[in-house]
Amino acid sequence: MTSKLKTIAAACGLACAASMAHAQYSGDVIRIGFITDMSGLYSDIDGPAGAEAIRMAIADAGGAVAGKKVELLVADHQNKADVAASKAREWFDQQGVDLLIGGTNSGTSLAMAKVAAEKHKPFIAVGAGTSALTNEQCTPYTIHWAYDTMALAKGTGGAVVKAGGKSWYFLTADYAFGQSLQNDTTNVVKAAGGNVVGSVKHPLSASDFSSFLLQAQASKAQILGLANAGGDTINAVKAANEFGITKTMKLAGLLVFINDIHSLGLKTTQGMYLTDSWYWNKDAETRAWSRKFFEKIKRMPSSLQAADYSVAANYLAAVKAVGGDDADKVLAQLRKSKVNDMFAKNGYVRPDGRMVHDMYLMQVKSPDKSTEPWDYYNVAATIKGDDAFTTKAESKCSLWK
Amino acid sequence: MTELFGIPIQALLGQLLLGLVNGSFYAMLSLGLAVIFGLLGIVNFAHGALYMIGAYVAWIAMEKWGIGYWWALLLAPIVVGALGVAVERLLLKHLYKLDPLYGLLLTFGLALIAEGIFRDQFGVSGQQYSVPEALQGATNLGFMVLPNYRAWVVVASLTVCLGTWFLIEKTPLGATLRAGTENPALVQAFGINVPLMVMLTYAGGAALAALAGVLAAPVIQITPLMGSNLIIVVFAVVVIGGMGSILGSILTGLALGLVEGLTKVFYPEASNIVVFVIMAIVLMIRPAGLFGKEK
Repeated sequence: MTSKLKTIAAACGLACAASMAHAQYSGDVIRIGFITDMSGLYSDIDGPAGAEAIRMAIADAGGAVAGKKVELLVADHQNKADVAASKAREWFDQQGVDLLIGGTNSGTSLAMAKVAAEKHKPFIAVGAGTSALTNEQCTPYTIHWAYDTMALAKGTGGAVVKAGGKSWYFLTADYAFGQSLQNDTTNVVKAAGGNVVGSVKHPLSASDFSSFLLQAQASKAQILGLANAGGDTINAVKAANEFGITKTMKLAGLLVFINDIHSLGLKTTQGMYLTDSWYWNKDAETRAWSRKFFEKIKRMPSSLQAADYSVAANYLAAVKAVGGDDADKVLAQLRKSKVNDMFAKNGYVRPDGRMVHDMYLMQVKSPDKSTEPWDYYNVAATIKGDDAFTTKAESKCSLWK
Repeated sequence: MTELFGIPIQALLGQLLLGLVNGSFYAMLSLGLAVIFGLLGIVNFAHGALYMIGAYVAWIAMEKWGIGYWWALLLAPIVVGALGVAVERLLLKHLYKLDPLYGLLLTFGLALIAEGIFRDQFGVSGQQYSVPEALQGATNLGFMVLPNYRAWVVVASLTVCLGTWFLIEKTPLGATLRAGTENPALVQAFGINVPLMVMLTYAGGAALAALAGVLAAPVIQITPLMGSNLIIVVFAVVVIGGMGSILGSILTGLALGLVEGLTKVFYPEASNIVVFVIMAIVLMIRPAGLFGKEK
């Protein structure tokens, strides 16, 4: 009996191996999965419009590679790491997803990266900020595409000190993300010759910031570093204006997206510094793509939505180059080829999984300098890719030693 | 003496004043909740959503029809009050004889639906609403610079709170209302339309929430989630003050605003839980709340 079973198993194994050798495309289709916050706190900066950006990339590739159809699956992780991980597992196991793109929220991306590594499938993180994805928790299957907290700290922290903002006070969201953003930025500020005179921690989704801002003002620091995100940043900026804090201190937003500026308005945000990986109005190429995006969504793309497009486009190009969707081959191709598109110039993927590209320090325009809707930023400085991210000396990633 | 516990007195005064501003919002919202619970026995979990809708009505009126802040103060409570009438007539009416838990579940569901609709329509980043021209600018009080608008919030909400308290506790109409909830059958026998009264009470509570929403609109970002961020604290305020106690909810709202303001100075990390710590202590010592009567 056992020997019979063994024979069958062996035959099956042979047959499977044989079929593998012929079918370069698993399931005869290229399936991209996208898991992000589709309805919550972060759904404007990525969300449904991010999915649309990926669809644009698929359409631009002709909807197929070498005659194989490209499909997109989209799911809402509701900002829950367990939902993201189980969806990712289901997709890899049952749907045969060939590439998983991770949207906003660091916790969900760290969870999905683990699943992808276990299943030996590529995971490209776009919306998540945590630098742990390519540092302590790096895997051979994770690539981090757009930005990370380290780049934000180096960009805004370094450039603001250089521009004369020597003394800092932090307004920090009281959880892991806020704390790590404050720590990273503090190190950068000190290294650049500045000093930090104090900080105050506020609870997540605080209803009122005036009290914290008054404490910040009493510190007499030049720069108020906002180590928070989303609604907290927005309400802090609003209150800072109302209480006249912006007359004596300059604001430095450590994680601000163009959608935040749009909903606050230029009158409230003018003069503010922030770092981002991309800006729609940077050059002719970004503008051309953004106008196409605008036609569909009726707003200009955030850096994350542009990066979503870039990830899908580069992945499909890599699939085409290797003539199949085998994870290891495609990843090798992605590491070998440069990223040259409207999102990044001469970008490359480092051994730790970091996609290295230039970052930009922006300063928000005053209302009279803005010539059209969504024309919000001056690019104050370009931060070279090699200076923007974690250095080899700082890295704790075992793949980059 | 210029310092108290290592904090300059001037800074402390500023923080107390800010606490009073936040307390005014708590007072107004918890007042609406207390009125609805006191007279209808409904734990109105949709209160945060009504507050959010009030703010959105102000914003939509400004964006679409160019109706300014002062008219919005009138318009939003009317619109949301009408919505309250619909909710009471169509849904809540059927629940009065059941356990209060059913009312809580229904209103909670309504809040989620309202949030979902607004999120779908307007996104989550939120909308901005500027401070009306007459209230722009700030006044230097010596110890702090107080934006004029915040001063207006305190004055407006205190006026509304005291007006409501007076209406319910000191006028014949209020006496009928209170009697109607105590013994509806008897009051009905006197020829008074009790269901109408109950309906108007719910509408009134909803209108108060909407008014608070309009007052808050220029201060914080108008988002679909602004109500749910606040509602839990407001419930704690009502529980501390004593469910159903009108004056209790006003005083507790203001007092907790002050306590929260002080916490933000001495131990900011605890500022969002201090209200709940107080709630736990009050429930242990006086289960009916500070101003509530044991039944």
